[in-house]
Amino acid sequence: MMDQQAQYAKERRSYLVGFLLALGLSVVSFALVAAKLLPADYLLTGVFVLGFVQLLVHFRFFLHINFSKSKRDDLDLLLFSTLIIVLMAGGTLVVLFNLHHRMT
Amino acid sequence: MKPEVHVALKHPGINLGSSDRKTDVAAESPVFGFWVFLMSDAVIFALLFAVYGVMMHAVAGGPTPHDLFEIKSSFLETLILLTSSFTFGMASLTMKYSADNRRRLLGWFALTLILGVVFLAFELHDFSSMAAKGGVPQRSGFLSAFFALVSTHGLHVASGSIWLVVMMVQVVVFGVDPVVKTRIMRLGLFWHFLDIIWVGIFSVVYLQGLI
Amino acid sequence: MTETTGLWHLLMGNLSYDALPFYSPIATVGASIVVLGALGTAVLITWLGKWKYLWSEWLTSLDHKRIGIMYIVLALLMLSRGVIEAVMMRTQQALAIQSPGYLPPDHFGQLFSTHGTIMIFFVAMPFLTGLINFVMPQQIGARDVRFPLLNAISLWLTVAGAALVMVSLVLGKFSTGGWSGYPPYTESAYQPGVGPDYWIWVLTLSSIGSTLTGLNFAVTIYKERAPGMRFFRLPLFTWTALCTSILMIFAMPPLTVATALLALDRYLDMHFFTNALGGNMMNYANLFWLFGHPEVYILILPAFGVFSSVFSTFSAKRLYGYKSLVYATMAIAVLSFTVWLHHFFTMGQSPSINAAFGIATMLIGIPTGVKIYDWMLTLYRGRVRFSVSLLYSLMFMLLFVIGGLTGILLATPPVDFVVHNTVFLVAHFHNMLIPGMLFGMLAGYQFWFPKAFGFRLDETWGRIGAACWGLGFVLAFMPLYVTGLEGMPRRSQEIFQPQFAPYLLLAELGGLIILAGLFSLFVQLWVSIRRRDHNRVPVGDPWDGRSLEWANPAPPPEYNFFTLPQVEDRDAFTWMKERGVAYLPAQHYEDIEMPRNSATAVAIGVAALLSAFGLVWHIWWMAVVGLGAAWAAVIVRSFVRDTMRTIPASEVEQAHRGWLREIAATRAVSRDEEMSAGNVGLAESAS
Repeated sequence: MMDQQAQYAKERRSYLVGFLLALGLSVVSFALVAAKLLPADYLLTGVFVLGFVQLLVHFRFFLHINFSKSKRDDLDLLLFSTLIIVLMAGGTLVVLFNLHHRMT
Repeated sequence: MKPEVHVALKHPGINLGSSDRKTDVAAESPVFGFWVFLMSDAVIFALLFAVYGVMMHAVAGGPTPHDLFEIKSSFLETLILLTSSFTFGMASLTMKYSADNRRRLLGWFALTLILGVVFLAFELHDFSSMAAKGGVPQRSGFLSAFFALVSTHGLHVASGSIWLVVMMVQVVVFGVDPVVKTRIMRLGLFWHFLDIIWVGIFSVVYLQGLI
Repeated sequence: MTETTGLWHLLMGNLSYDALPFYSPIATVGASIVVLGALGTAVLITWLGKWKYLWSEWLTSLDHKRIGIMYIVLALLMLSRGVIEAVMMRTQQALAIQSPGYLPPDHFGQLFSTHGTIMIFFVAMPFLTGLINFVMPQQIGARDVRFPLLNAISLWLTVAGAALVMVSLVLGKFSTGGWSGYPPYTESAYQPGVGPDYWIWVLTLSSIGSTLTGLNFAVTIYKERAPGMRFFRLPLFTWTALCTSILMIFAMPPLTVATALLALDRYLDMHFFTNALGGNMMNYANLFWLFGHPEVYILILPAFGVFSSVFSTFSAKRLYGYKSLVYATMAIAVLSFTVWLHHFFTMGQSPSINAAFGIATMLIGIPTGVKIYDWMLTLYRGRVRFSVSLLYSLMFMLLFVIGGLTGILLATPPVDFVVHNTVFLVAHFHNMLIPGMLFGMLAGYQFWFPKAFGFRLDETWGRIGAACWGLGFVLAFMPLYVTGLEGMPRRSQEIFQPQFAPYLLLAELGGLIILAGLFSLFVQLWVSIRRRDHNRVPVGDPWDGRSLEWANPAPPPEYNFFTLPQVEDRDAFTWMKERGVAYLPAQHYEDIEMPRNSATAVAIGVAALLSAFGLVWHIWWMAVVGLGAAWAAVIVRSFVRDTMRTIPASEVEQAHRGWLREIAATRAVSRDEEMSAGNVGLAESAS
């Protein structure tokens, strides 16, 4: 029973850490843009990097995806999905911006 | 022959593990299946993001992101949805460790539901104030893409909220039995997934639009 | 189309007398065939008193085998309409050389749109889904797919889509925008009627069904394999099923997005693909082909799987180069996501982008070539029997290579610029889809039919059919390569070059021979049912099969296997037969849990059809009620607890022992006698 208690405390702490990290990242993103702390180009990069990190935080702490061996199926699926998404969304942007560029 | 003690492979989201071995094994495939569905759904969102990226500058002389977006409102929505992810996490833990404490589980669910509904209310308010400034989806390619992306997410949150209500009823009717547990686990994946999409919307749509 | 007003509009939307098909005699005849066909079927079922049987044994069944068979019935029905439309178009082009022919342009436009839409979404997709449904769980040693109800929901959504296409023949007109529905032509500015709306919702229903099917199959293959069935022991058909499922999961969403955004343009006046206010129609082409290209491989991979089974079984040899075939399949699946742009080389992007996609396209030729060699080497020095399935497979190998070579030509952007939008392209993709996809499905149909129904199909009519399909294909499409190179545009309602006449007449003849091939399929079915007592194969292994689907009786029991098999080898069943362990009673039988029948899926299908019909005709209450009812059915179902029923171990044991007694009293046949009446499904290698 004690074991369950300890596990519960551990998992709750993990959710809390995830929540605080995600909150922190959102606040920093927001503050950067609201206060215009950086020049526009850097700002955009900063926002995207922070957003990406927050995505990883959500995956790690809320969806419990990590690199442990027993979760390989899901991780493989996630990585494959990422590949497809990069191909599709990235491809769309490349092709259509190229077209746009050639038409102006 | 299959080994007598089948230890489930871990799956995304909360794993019941030793707290309920039998359901843990039973949940393996349905949760994996739902994860596959979410990946398919993720492709839909990815393409809506790409469409938005392509059409972001197609304002056609109409209002621009600067004219329409309110950073405070979208930030508040971010906080609300993020908190709801956390409260859902607490609901999952309650389900896992004190499944007989229905009242506590329903409490966390109710809190999550309220946050979901408040989020939707804020979003509708955003939409109507945008419309008041001439930012309707018919105005330009940019606005069409904006509304398609953001309302698709909103519709998902609304569906998630209805699902949450159904699960609350099932907790009352059936108790927290194995079937209800695996459904809550899938709803959890859905809810956390929507939060991830929102992080994308907040960064790509709102913050980028306001830079 | 006239606008309706007032109460009528509220109740019936834009539906009015004008929607009835009295605008041309041909349309009236077509609609009458649909209406009379439906009524006739209903009367026949009533007369035979079979409604209850149909409802409780088939429509509400969650058995993957029955669902698979229903998919194939749908595919064959829709194939008939698709082939008739094709012959109508060939006839028009043969007649309309410097003359208007017998079909007005608008009607011709509808025909090529429905023909393409039907052949892809309601022939090819249901056919392959049906075959996978029937075969795959048996090949991996499972009792059913992982989510049986979801499987039925996918079926009924597909049926709803097919029903909507049939309705479009009776009420209103279909789109004239082709199967790919390019805007801005399909926007309301150019086609204000219901045509493109029909097209949008037909595709939406079908694509949701296919996404869910892909999910179901993939999870089944991942999680439900029999003990010992490692990934590298999966039969190649199951491998192709897995890759196709993964493609369905990831490639259907772009279609859903493309059609949904087009719907937003048409219904809510948004500007995704319009000419004005920032719309960008090129994005549609991009989104559509993000789906469209992987779709090509969704269609062809299962056919490759069938050919692998057929070549190996009818050569009585292990499949040559199994691992290379698996890796080639995976390579094709991944590469299929990197080539979509070759469908619009001419759109105006920079040459370097075209070059990159052209090279990626040519790369796909490599794994495909590997497969062709593997199959040839499987045949090499095999104990080959020229069954109908093998004939289809051999025709495939010869003809598909020609299609592949023209594909390499088309992958070269400068060549594509010349033949783009000509019938050269039409010839190319029919060359891939008929000998590739369709012959594969027909080979599979002939191959697994005895397993499904317990008797073999008639050999003579099977051969006549195969000959007609092969010859008909060659005559119908080889001439189009020529006229295409000479610049004949695709989708031409009237032809102004008299020198094309001989080619188009040949193509017309080919079309008629294909029609004869279709007819032979149905005659074969009729003859086989009449003579079923001469062709019974109750033991279940008529072709000396190699994989697990042959290890149970024909037709198999609902739960597939009396006891779950232990897999020791890639050719699992051959391994068992060689060691004499294929037909042994088990030491211990277990209770088996199988899903109960459910009307939920039928209800969802009907509700979705109503909703889609309401959307097409702007009958808003019907659209809302239909959508609400579909979701309500899901929620109500989630409260049903008693979803499984138990088949007691004693019943299973009794059935198994009965079957084994039958086998003991049966004479095994040699491979030479496979096509004779002596074949009752016990192969000689077993004894």
